[in-house]
Amino acid sequence: MSGIVIVGAGECGVRAAFALREHGYKGSVALLSEEMHLPYERPPLSKQCLPAHKPIRPKADYQQAGIELCLRTRIEALDLAGHRLLGRDGSSRIYDKLLLATGARARLFPGMEGAATLRTFDDACRIFERLRAGARLAIIGGGFIGLELAAAARAMDVQVTVIEAASRLMARGVPAEIAAIVEARHRAEGVDLRLGMQVAALVAGGVEIADGSTVAADIVVAGTGATPNTELAEKAGLAVGNGIMVDSRFRTSAPDVFAAGDCCSMPYRGDWLRLESWRVAQEQGAHAAAAMLGAVGEWTTVPWFWSDQYDLGLQVAGWAAAEAKTTIRHLSDDAAVAFQHDDEGRLICAAGVGRGNRVAKDIRLAEMLILREARPPADQLADPTFNLKSLLKAA
Amino acid sequence: MSNWIEACGADEVEEEDLIRFDHGGRTYAIYRSPEDEYFATDGLCTHEQVHLEDGLVMDDVIECPKHNGRFNYKTGQALGAPVCVNLKTYPVKVEGGAVFIDVG
Repeated sequence: MSGIVIVGAGECGVRAAFALREHGYKGSVALLSEEMHLPYERPPLSKQCLPAHKPIRPKADYQQAGIELCLRTRIEALDLAGHRLLGRDGSSRIYDKLLLATGARARLFPGMEGAATLRTFDDACRIFERLRAGARLAIIGGGFIGLELAAAARAMDVQVTVIEAASRLMARGVPAEIAAIVEARHRAEGVDLRLGMQVAALVAGGVEIADGSTVAADIVVAGTGATPNTELAEKAGLAVGNGIMVDSRFRTSAPDVFAAGDCCSMPYRGDWLRLESWRVAQEQGAHAAAAMLGAVGEWTTVPWFWSDQYDLGLQVAGWAAAEAKTTIRHLSDDAAVAFQHDDEGRLICAAGVGRGNRVAKDIRLAEMLILREARPPADQLADPTFNLKSLLKAA
Repeated sequence: MSNWIEACGADEVEEEDLIRFDHGGRTYAIYRSPEDEYFATDGLCTHEQVHLEDGLVMDDVIECPKHNGRFNYKTGQALGAPVCVNLKTYPVKVEGGAVFIDVG
């Protein structure tokens, strides 16, 4: 039986499957996952002390929507000419249209061999079952995953050291002024931050640093980014860069083959952009589903990320550029929003941190301003009493 | 059965915005629309129980500050993924410069 086949059942694949039905598609929909678990939410895995398997949709929803969910199913090859997928178990499956939503996997750099990584529910279970009060945890990488894990581990009274190669935290994607607020909080919570430190190797009893020192640890976890799962696409001959290359309607270089979510790379303002974001994965899944059914709309949403550390909520809209002019909106001692403009005065990024959802409204408004390529004046952005909504009405 | 409770002063809510109101162990959201009318709903998003107080109000829509679930705050209608359960609404009246909601 042909129909639409989706490879990968993360946030993107699941959203796409249900979106096909919401758009009225009546053909068969198959959703293939390598994992054994009912598709689940990944964001909670690094944010809670007890790994929770939180299904994206209850099992009954798949049956009700007529979505064939195939777990423990690994696809080995894609035969473009035959419109056919070949499974590891020798089975084959014909598709009319195919969506590759294969996601990404944790990446390790040389010297980090042996470190645990945190990407799946099983990864989280393996890490958290070893975290006990007083245990020593070394985290390699001061990005979102590493810092969320650090905060969760501190709540369990684990001794935490974070080793980061850059001179500051979250250097990829979060402006320095916002990262500084998060850094101060981690230090206040007792996290030992070792910035500007290169890992040489994992050794018995801990992590050896390039300067010759050692961080003693019982458990070592690396949160050093992700690599897109593009092997299937590459072997089939699809165009692949840093991700499976797609156009703004998620079409790959082959007819009837689409890609979306963490595994895809798309043109964005003159560059290629591959995002790792829960909300973007959902939106792309929904958009790709519509595109597979013939919709011609282009995906134009602005990138959006969030992170929770302690009671701090961090949100980023747009794409931070290290060299861009930055305007700070100070809301309180531990809350601020950083705005970035390009050379022509257009807003390109807003990143904020504060307790709970303190910065959510400002970031959401900034996101809409970025989408409209608005040029909000820096002095208005910097004034915490100025209502950003009025800028949107003017834009 | 009606049970009208004074929630806030009418001018405490800005136009096209909301504030939080806690009463009797429950939490509510009180809205003032761009047309200067008042509305009330449960305070927590039906998706993951995040409070809507920090969410953005645009026209008839309140958007959850965490995962962007959207509701029409006048009717409580959930407007699509990730939210699928409607938001409970409450009758509202304004008297003597104060906003009252009927918590039933």
